[in-house]
Amino acid sequence: MKITYPYMSNSHIAIKNLFEGLGNEVVPPPKPSKLTLSYGTKYAPEFACFPFKILLGTYIEALEMGADTIVSTGGVGPCRAGLYTTLQEKILRSLGYEFEMITLEPPGRYLGDLIKKIKRLINRRISLIELAGLIRFVWEQLKLLDEAEMTSFKIRPREIKKGETTRAYRKAVELIARARSIEDLKEIRNEIKKIYGAVDRKEDFDPIKIALVGEIYVVMEPTANLEIEETLGELGVYAERSMFFTHYTLANAVTDLFHLTGEKNVKKAAVPYFNEMCGGHGRESVGNAILYAKKGFDGLIHLAPFTCIPEIVAKSVLPAVEEKYGIGILSITIDEQTGKAGLQTRLEAFVDLLARKREKRRKGNIA
Amino acid sequence: MNYFLGIDVGSVSTNLVVIDEDSRLLSKVYLRTRGQPIKAIQEGMKQLLKNVGDRIEISGVGTTGSGRHLAGIMVGADTVKNEITAHAVAALHFDPEVRTVIEIGGQDSKIIILRDGVVTDFAMNTVCAAGTGSFLDQQANRLNIPIEEFGRYALQSKKPVRIAGRCAVFAESDMIHKQQVGYNLEDIIRGLCQALVRNYINNLAKGKDISPKIIFQGGVAANIGMKAAFEEAFNQEVIVPQHHDVMGAIGAALLAKDEMKKKNSTDFRGFDVSEIDFKVSSFECGGCPNRCEVVNFHMEEKIIARWGDRCGKWKNI
Repeated sequence: MKITYPYMSNSHIAIKNLFEGLGNEVVPPPKPSKLTLSYGTKYAPEFACFPFKILLGTYIEALEMGADTIVSTGGVGPCRAGLYTTLQEKILRSLGYEFEMITLEPPGRYLGDLIKKIKRLINRRISLIELAGLIRFVWEQLKLLDEAEMTSFKIRPREIKKGETTRAYRKAVELIARARSIEDLKEIRNEIKKIYGAVDRKEDFDPIKIALVGEIYVVMEPTANLEIEETLGELGVYAERSMFFTHYTLANAVTDLFHLTGEKNVKKAAVPYFNEMCGGHGRESVGNAILYAKKGFDGLIHLAPFTCIPEIVAKSVLPAVEEKYGIGILSITIDEQTGKAGLQTRLEAFVDLLARKREKRRKGNIA
Repeated sequence: MNYFLGIDVGSVSTNLVVIDEDSRLLSKVYLRTRGQPIKAIQEGMKQLLKNVGDRIEISGVGTTGSGRHLAGIMVGADTVKNEITAHAVAALHFDPEVRTVIEIGGQDSKIIILRDGVVTDFAMNTVCAAGTGSFLDQQANRLNIPIEEFGRYALQSKKPVRIAGRCAVFAESDMIHKQQVGYNLEDIIRGLCQALVRNYINNLAKGKDISPKIIFQGGVAANIGMKAAFEEAFNQEVIVPQHHDVMGAIGAALLAKDEMKKKNSTDFRGFDVSEIDFKVSSFECGGCPNRCEVVNFHMEEKIIARWGDRCGKWKNI
């Protein structure tokens, strides 16, 4: 079996280790590029959302590279994403590709099916202890990847030489990718501290704080959102996002197994506006927006793929949040455009707006 | 006396202004960009030199508009600002009590909401450019009416025809169909203005608190038909400032004036940038499948800036 899977931020590094550890060959998905996009937009239905197109393109590239099995996640609820693997499978088959599509559905509802599929993915003799060790290593690796990224968000707005944090972050990811054991990861964690420590930065500078909320793929994958976090960081902004891979997995897949509601606080925060889920991350976008506003963030950027219904619902609620909590909100709709200039202008204007607002509040307090 | 230069390089027009230290407008130049911003900037500088150049010395320069970075590098700007901020600054200078700014240019339309002199919200068209200057230009051209006359026609209408807004393509074909069945031009043009205003409100102003004073600036503000349609839609007076067409450049000049309070000397290269040889070359980077088109910006053979790469490999020279 030659497995491939969706590309999302740097998670592919650890996922590769997981599948290899289970005795499979892996064709790591290529980073989304112009080529990915051209495949995706050519073969996907026009009004499918951007994540659908990127994933379809990624699969085509990976199949061309020799993959014969695609592993992806499914989903439930009104968001179309739950149907995506089925549709993608049909499209890819009509293009003449032969492969197996393995869709991992949420454990709470389809446990039997999930176990069957996981068994399909284990292709060597592996003891339970060894399996537990493998999972632990992969998990720690994912955690360190998230950690390294979070640290870069904190340092970037303070960097003195533009681009230095990004270089440090890339080096960190490279190191993490090389790890083969938990011990390695411990050493690497210290190494990363040193790398980041060497980035010259402004002390006693209080950056504008912006949180990113929205649909998971466009929030988490930098090539999809035109590297928005990096861009904000270089404008001197501390950008925090509402989800990271490990946190998301814990809050959704794992809790689902025990029939628990994940991200309870987020859902509860959204209650004045949302009593029900609307699919995707619509409710979470609103809930997170409120939580960030309460935490004292200056602004909020809402990222939504074009035609994404859950985010459209969220977008219509956000002005009410904006008014009630006095937090600035910028909604950005993302599709296949790769021209960054327009986004840059909006971000610069938004940051200006927040900076002036903050200054005014400060002056007001003094007076 | 200190003088400040503001340059707004947009997709359709390139505007330059000079203001004095009391923020009075000394000279303005309005040019078509014609897809060649470098040429337009140089031509603008030449004209400014003719107008005022030999009498004054520039103490600070600001650039704005979609070509702000390019212009900034060319002339040696002290501040490079986005067009939202520049337009807001100019509108506030015109009238400190402004609370809503409508700005429609060649390719972009914007709404800026201000409260107590601070921008609190803004929006810029994203998915569609219907209702912007280029589309109006094109329609005027198709109907064989000078764009300057467009608004006058609209005001002569007694019974506007309903034209589909939403999208420039729908609007155009709806207009053509209605022409063919014989509606008169005035009513169609007025209907078009109303459709574009409706489109603007749906795209940008929805959910925003539009309160007076409302200022309308940008090239399209010259169109009295559009002004009337806005007044009708908001049921409010809409004010068009005298220098509505160069408000972005005025904003940039005001920002430069502000910046020079913090800076010792200007980076301005002088009016003779119009004589310097600026060139652009490009190459495709083969570093990854993105195959970014990287642009080199040369000043007399020397590369002074580079952009276009997504990974930042070439950006820093």
